[in-house]
Amino acid sequence: MSSDTAGVETRRTQQFCTFLLDRSTFGVEVDNVQEVIREQDMTPVPLAPDVIRGLINLRGQIVTAIDLRRRLGRPPFPAGAKPMNVVVRCDDGAVSLLVDEIGDVVEVESSSLERPPENLEGESRRLIRGVIQRENNLLLVLDIDRTLEAAN
Amino acid sequence: MGEMDDVVKEFLVESYENLDRLDSELLELESHPQTREMLSSIFRTIHSIKGACGFLGFSRLESLTHAGENLLSLLRDGKLGVDGQITTALLELVDAVRQMLTTIETNGAEGDEEFEALKAQLKSLQGGASGAAGAKPAAPTAPTAPTANAPANASASETTSAQTSAAPAAAPSEPVPQAATPAAQPVAREATSASAAPSAAPSPERAKPAAAAAPGAGVAENSIRVDVGQLDKLMNLVGELVLARNQVLQLASHSSDNAFVATTQRLNLITTELQESVMKTRMQPIMTVWGKLPRVVRDMSAALGKSIRVEMEGKETELDKTILEAIKDPLTHIVRNSCDHGIEPPALRAERGKPAEGTLTLRAFHEGGQVILEIEDDGGGIDVERVKRKAVANGLITQEQASRMTEREACSLIFAAGLSTAQNVTNISGRGVGMDVVKSNIEKIGGQVDITNRFEHGLTLRIKIPLTLAIIPALMVMAGEERFAIPQVSLVELVRLEGEARRNAIRSIEGALVYRLRGRLLPLVHLDRELGLPPLDVADDEAIHIVILQTDGRQFGLVVHRICDTEEIVVKPLTKWLKSVPVFAGATIMGDGRVALILDVLGLAQRARLLGDAQERTSYVAEGETLRAGSETKRLLLFQVGEDLRMAAPLEEAARLEEFRLRDIEASGDQRVVQYRDEILPLLPLAQAFGRKSSLDQTTRDSVHAVVVRVGDRNYALVVERILDIVEQELKLDPRSRRGLITGTGVVQSKVTDMIDVAAVVRRLDPASHSMAPLADEVSV
Repeated sequence: MSSDTAGVETRRTQQFCTFLLDRSTFGVEVDNVQEVIREQDMTPVPLAPDVIRGLINLRGQIVTAIDLRRRLGRPPFPAGAKPMNVVVRCDDGAVSLLVDEIGDVVEVESSSLERPPENLEGESRRLIRGVIQRENNLLLVLDIDRTLEAAN
Repeated sequence: MGEMDDVVKEFLVESYENLDRLDSELLELESHPQTREMLSSIFRTIHSIKGACGFLGFSRLESLTHAGENLLSLLRDGKLGVDGQITTALLELVDAVRQMLTTIETNGAEGDEEFEALKAQLKSLQGGASGAAGAKPAAPTAPTAPTANAPANASASETTSAQTSAAPAAAPSEPVPQAATPAAQPVAREATSASAAPSAAPSPERAKPAAAAAPGAGVAENSIRVDVGQLDKLMNLVGELVLARNQVLQLASHSSDNAFVATTQRLNLITTELQESVMKTRMQPIMTVWGKLPRVVRDMSAALGKSIRVEMEGKETELDKTILEAIKDPLTHIVRNSCDHGIEPPALRAERGKPAEGTLTLRAFHEGGQVILEIEDDGGGIDVERVKRKAVANGLITQEQASRMTEREACSLIFAAGLSTAQNVTNISGRGVGMDVVKSNIEKIGGQVDITNRFEHGLTLRIKIPLTLAIIPALMVMAGEERFAIPQVSLVELVRLEGEARRNAIRSIEGALVYRLRGRLLPLVHLDRELGLPPLDVADDEAIHIVILQTDGRQFGLVVHRICDTEEIVVKPLTKWLKSVPVFAGATIMGDGRVALILDVLGLAQRARLLGDAQERTSYVAEGETLRAGSETKRLLLFQVGEDLRMAAPLEEAARLEEFRLRDIEASGDQRVVQYRDEILPLLPLAQAFGRKSSLDQTTRDSVHAVVVRVGDRNYALVVERILDIVEQELKLDPRSRRGLITGTGVVQSKVTDMIDVAAVVRRLDPASHSMAPLADEVSV
């Protein structure tokens, strides 16, 4: 389909905010991201689902922090890790996704977004919307709505 | 005809809202027919529409909803199952009601449509859903036929959507702002109608407020209309400011800069004043809610053939708009209840020597940062015995529970769902809907209801509500490393226990801890354990802190590690991710910038399972309390021995209640012992003394329960099957029942219980004790 829109001006691109999580590179659309902040003082919520790491105070707004490693079924953060907060907007305010490290904002052609490989397993399969081949790595694009669905 | 008063308008807005909800509820009900809660909610909606029709004079709508209500009441009580046919009929009812409301909105009257077919259908469905199944299928479509705006073969959902879209069309300026913020109603309505008036073609009733505003121009110079949304925003900003102020105060407390500290003080004062001023803009006098009550009472008393006078005290008492909105319905319901089954008919009043005219007094006043609303009538009060009988008959409580209930507990039964004390089901009330709703609505806004009953002389309902919801006073406590806020409304008192006092006041019953506070046994809950936090090691002789809390009419003690200050906190809701955690009501930001969770006391009590069986436990306590006046009462420890023996010993003879793990039990000679507080404690199987099998010999268990007693100068652990309870009561022992190890037999908690002779039991089971215990012990106990 890209052959129809070959001109440079009409070529559609998307920007992704990228981050590292358990040695994989993930991306979310820049439009979804409110801000990225350092590790924050966190108030744990007893009895809450595992994926909830706690609550943070973001300039007077209370934001729930989600452990993205757990959400994606990856091994837990190593002890002493200082996860970064990727704050994304959602219906009831904002939610912070805890990630290992922040990467660059990358711009890719929309057409390069491919379906996730069939052999992805578990939650990842549902939460990863697509894959983008890049020079030296794969960018896994997160389905932000599904990621933020409250787990039952 | 075009004239419509505010009451009718309000009724329309509310009913539309309720009906919209009904559609979805009915559909959900069809897929989950077992949800009683949903049925109750649907029933309530129809019930309240019917109720309003009654006093607004819409008799056709009333008779239609009455038919629906009859059917729903059978469904709710489980006498009839929900099936497709019933759901269809109910959806048609919703459509018909909506149609009538639209007619009322446009014409000011309910029109001539009678919906006879639908009424007949609703009635025939009451006869049993399975009844004439063959004959029915044609019927559901029939009622829709006369309703002109739906083709006869239209499905129910089509009809619904057609009519919902019809309703907004008829009222172009109304629904949107009001549906969004119910609290914003009056102001928003006036504002929109005023602005709509010049441009759109105004319908008669909407033109009225705009016209009325013109002559009032003199007043207008001193006041302006403000959108309630704007006020809400302002309130939120003030909330933020309060947080920032708290943070600055905290910084200032560590500062040695005098100028900074002084400035902080000023900031503090100004913020407080600003907070109060902004809150004031949202305040309205209670009269805005009371205003419609006299009419309700007049119409009711006319219908019931009674004569009732309404008196009001404290009309000018002001409350936050949101709260006024929330208490409007509960208040109306209570008043209707008082008129209907509170105040007696004139003849009975004369018999009781009261004036023929009954009095209903409404009071409002401030007390300790809260508003108290009282609704008092000089009617018959609550016949406690009748309420109990009814509750037993309806299966709400058992006969045994009923007999143990205090008057106060029995009175609070009127708030239970499904209890109606009216003798007859009348059009006005008596279906057992309402008081439960009243209570839950009031509790939703952090309020409490209390009853003072004077049988045959009247009843007072006392409602305590907070002034505002956004900023509340709370007590901060620590559990482990974490801080939690407890809303002050649930707080009863704080207790600090140390050393001897701690050992004496806290007991364990079957692993459940109880605390004895002035003769009452309160269940204890450890906050850290309940929340699954890593427990802190607290030494036995260290002080512990107990926060006594009250919820749902019950008290319990919450053990925390530290009690901090009370603080004004700004309540922030939790995200949907945390909705599944019912022990938290929200979160707040503290002075140091960290987030603290706000405990939901009711949720916490439910999680600790205090509310279910606590009913029994507190009634034991109440029993103990009433009997304490007599000098014969004794504190008894109740326990089970073997499979069948129920025994008691005087509590003062029990040093401690313990649970020993079997793997900690060692052997010494022919005895079993445990190492216990630097001594070797012999375990004496009580069961053995009474020819029963001891729990020590049961290999299936991991631990045994024991009562540690001191006889002579030694401690012994009497192994029992389980500890049952601690009660305080008079024990009448039949002297003829004295035998061997048993000093007598009596009845405790309506069960036969043997009182054991502790010293004699020890001597029997541990021959070695003879040499140690002086013989004099043998004589008494």
